[in-house]
Amino acid sequence: MSVARTDESLVVAGKWASWRHTLSPTGNLGDAIFRLLMLLVALFVVALVIAMVFALSTDSMLAIRRFGFRFLTSTNWNPIKGEFGALPFIYGTVMSSLIALVISVPLSLGIAVFLVEQAPPFIARPIGFLVELLAAIPSVVYGLWGIFVLAPFLRVYVEPVLARLFGWTPLFTGPITGIGLFTGGIILAIMVTPIISAVVRDVLAAVPSTQREAALALGATKWETIRVVLVNGAPGIAGAVILGLGRALGETMAVTMLIGNRPEVSLSLFAPSYTIASAIANEFTEATGDLYLSALVELGLILFLVTFIVNGFARFLVWNVTRRTGGVGRAA
Amino acid sequence: MLASMQTATPKIEVPQRKSEAPTTEDQRREAKVAVRDLDFFYGKSQALHGISLEIPERIVMAFIGPSGCGKSTFLRTLNRMNDVIPNTRAQGEVLIDGHDIYIAGTDVVELRRRVGMVFQKSNPFPKSIFENVAYGLRINRVTKSSSELSGRVEQALKDAALWEEVKDRLKSSALSLSGGQQQRLCIARALAIRPEVLLMDEPASALDPIATSKIEELIFDLKKHYTIVIVTHNMQQAARVSDQTAFFLLGKLIEVNTTEKMFTAPNERLTEDYITGRFG
Amino acid sequence: MMTTLTALCTFAAVGILLLILAYISWRGVGSLSFRFLIDSPRPVGEGGGIGNAILGSLVLLALASALGLPIGIGVGVYLSEIGSGRLAAGVRFITDTLTGIPSIVTGVFVYAIVVLPMKHFSALSGGIALALVMIPIVARTTEEMLNLVPHSLREGALALGAPQWRVTLGVVLPAAASGIATGAMLAIARVSGETAPLLFTAFGSRFFSYYLDQPIASLTVLIYNYAISPYDEWHAQAWAATLVLVTLILGINIVVRILTRRRF
Repeated sequence: MSVARTDESLVVAGKWASWRHTLSPTGNLGDAIFRLLMLLVALFVVALVIAMVFALSTDSMLAIRRFGFRFLTSTNWNPIKGEFGALPFIYGTVMSSLIALVISVPLSLGIAVFLVEQAPPFIARPIGFLVELLAAIPSVVYGLWGIFVLAPFLRVYVEPVLARLFGWTPLFTGPITGIGLFTGGIILAIMVTPIISAVVRDVLAAVPSTQREAALALGATKWETIRVVLVNGAPGIAGAVILGLGRALGETMAVTMLIGNRPEVSLSLFAPSYTIASAIANEFTEATGDLYLSALVELGLILFLVTFIVNGFARFLVWNVTRRTGGVGRAA
Repeated sequence: MLASMQTATPKIEVPQRKSEAPTTEDQRREAKVAVRDLDFFYGKSQALHGISLEIPERIVMAFIGPSGCGKSTFLRTLNRMNDVIPNTRAQGEVLIDGHDIYIAGTDVVELRRRVGMVFQKSNPFPKSIFENVAYGLRINRVTKSSSELSGRVEQALKDAALWEEVKDRLKSSALSLSGGQQQRLCIARALAIRPEVLLMDEPASALDPIATSKIEELIFDLKKHYTIVIVTHNMQQAARVSDQTAFFLLGKLIEVNTTEKMFTAPNERLTEDYITGRFG
Repeated sequence: MMTTLTALCTFAAVGILLLILAYISWRGVGSLSFRFLIDSPRPVGEGGGIGNAILGSLVLLALASALGLPIGIGVGVYLSEIGSGRLAAGVRFITDTLTGIPSIVTGVFVYAIVVLPMKHFSALSGGIALALVMIPIVARTTEEMLNLVPHSLREGALALGAPQWRVTLGVVLPAAASGIATGAMLAIARVSGETAPLLFTAFGSRFFSYYLDQPIASLTVLIYNYAISPYDEWHAQAWAATLVLVTLILGINIVVRILTRRRF
């Protein structure tokens, strides 16, 4: 129904009119520019991540070509001879993170259950905030505290006891120094606890209260009710744990300062070890020669890919739970 | 007299304004708003089915019908406010002064300057009373000087019958006003840029009776200068303020008629059932 | 019984926090003085201070904020106000991915794209690395805060014939300003504790410097270097620097908490 347009016409005319409408449903020039600008900013961030993958891949190509898959399976890390095998770092990264989770998961579950299900709000709020503050303390500060407080404490009071009790296993043997996989794992446990417990709190809060009431109405005790809630939130809790794992895998400073930094694979938790992140932190500025640097960048690429997959999976799990139940998913 | 239904389908004839249209205008005019065969979709579900309707200039037309009948959705197609809802689609023609506002290339911003809107829930900006009314003037660069700006703000507040209550505290926050005052502020805000058509989506639904009657008086005054379309779920309100009434049911336009006829002798059985309270 | 156990977990965590804070205060206060805060580092045995590191951290934070805040807020605006469908979901996913990338990897990346071409470590590269850590945090809090602004406010402005950009800049962003500001504060607090991405970008320096193309000192790198040194004097200085850093970070966190108590 287009009659002749008068000067009152609402139609935008001109050369760029169709462009404006592609960019902006309102057909307003300012909107088109604004939307294009914001889109470019968003795409810039996407481009950054793609550039990151690209840069890490290109710069590690030398090492990838030279060692291929052997890079992941060799335990020989000898910069002087130009031999680079990443297994000690992979082992150290995985083991320290596992120790952290073994300690942190029960602790975080306890904290979350206490704060969401048991504590009255006037206690849960300030205490919850204090637990969150643990996440605000910088990694390097944990490292400093670890060197001068935690490591001596473990050396004198904890590790001898463990050696006496479990010395018959290969896990707690060897010289006791306070510096090594065990201490690195414990400092990581302290660092990921606020993260895991925060996500578990969100997940528990997202479990509908009708489920609690249903359980209570069936004559369940308080503890049985909590079990119902935990079972219901299980996928989200798994997501929280994996999110914590992702954080532990990439944590750098505190671990570097406490794990001993020796590229060896040893079953004993008391032995010094090395993580991927620590290796990069320690050796990157000292790396002489292209192959050495390339091997370190390849370590970075591995770390990037692993944390990418781990985090993606964790977010998927947490998002699924908090979305289904209409929760907030603050950390997801 | 105005609309005569021929079949049960919501296809209606164009209102004949041969005899005295209920406006103060003597001169015959083109319909200010004309809608032809308008369908509207939220995603895959169709909310409006083949609506055709004409709204003459400087009258008040009321849309009535049970909740979910599509009257608000239809109102929001008239200034393309539905565009802001993702996955919606309109099909058909909506003509303002003979120009289809849904054809490609429409400047929606300019459209909304000319077709103003007042919402169900008052939504003043978290700014001062003055700045709320001045907002539309500023962004549209209507006024040249600050004295002209304050003049227009004052006039709009007077038109919205709010001036006497707020003239001493124009600088205080709009959120400090009462619910009824906030709604009149939103009307003033819309009036300030002097739209040609004013859409009102249940403007009094959240207000007490005194505030409601103020808004209704206001609507009565405003039709001297504006074409007003008001959605209401309150039939008494429709009867009090409007010249013409349109009845919607399940996304279809059932009947358009003069308000007087609509509430005394409607053409349609469905209209009668609704008005006499047999459903809805 | 059960409650005792969970309470024990909670108070263990809180206990560790208090223990760490108490220890930092105890060890840190000893070496703290005005002179320490403004002096630059000196050889072992001659005292010295952390003035250059404080200045360096401030320069790095200013750089990171100047780069990271506009981009982060822009992405948040895109996600909340403009993007829809798969493209927006993709941007959101990538932003979340960026959050999870270990900051040491960010450091390697910035080394590759900034330090190598410039041929030396620089404050600029450090600021870029910190900005990269900051962007996803700011983007997601901005998005959340904008989503809290009622939709009716946008419609009210649009109905007055305001174009979307004016609605966003003039109505929506101001309505969410305090929330975005607190998000920005938390992001700044977070990156002010970052060490790993600075190790091979800003690198560190023993001198006062404000040149963007030169290496620059920072509190965190100084703490790291002093902590792993063999000198008791430097250890003491590391504790004092830590006290300064942690006071700053926890201060921001607590202020933000008090300001936002009503909303959360």
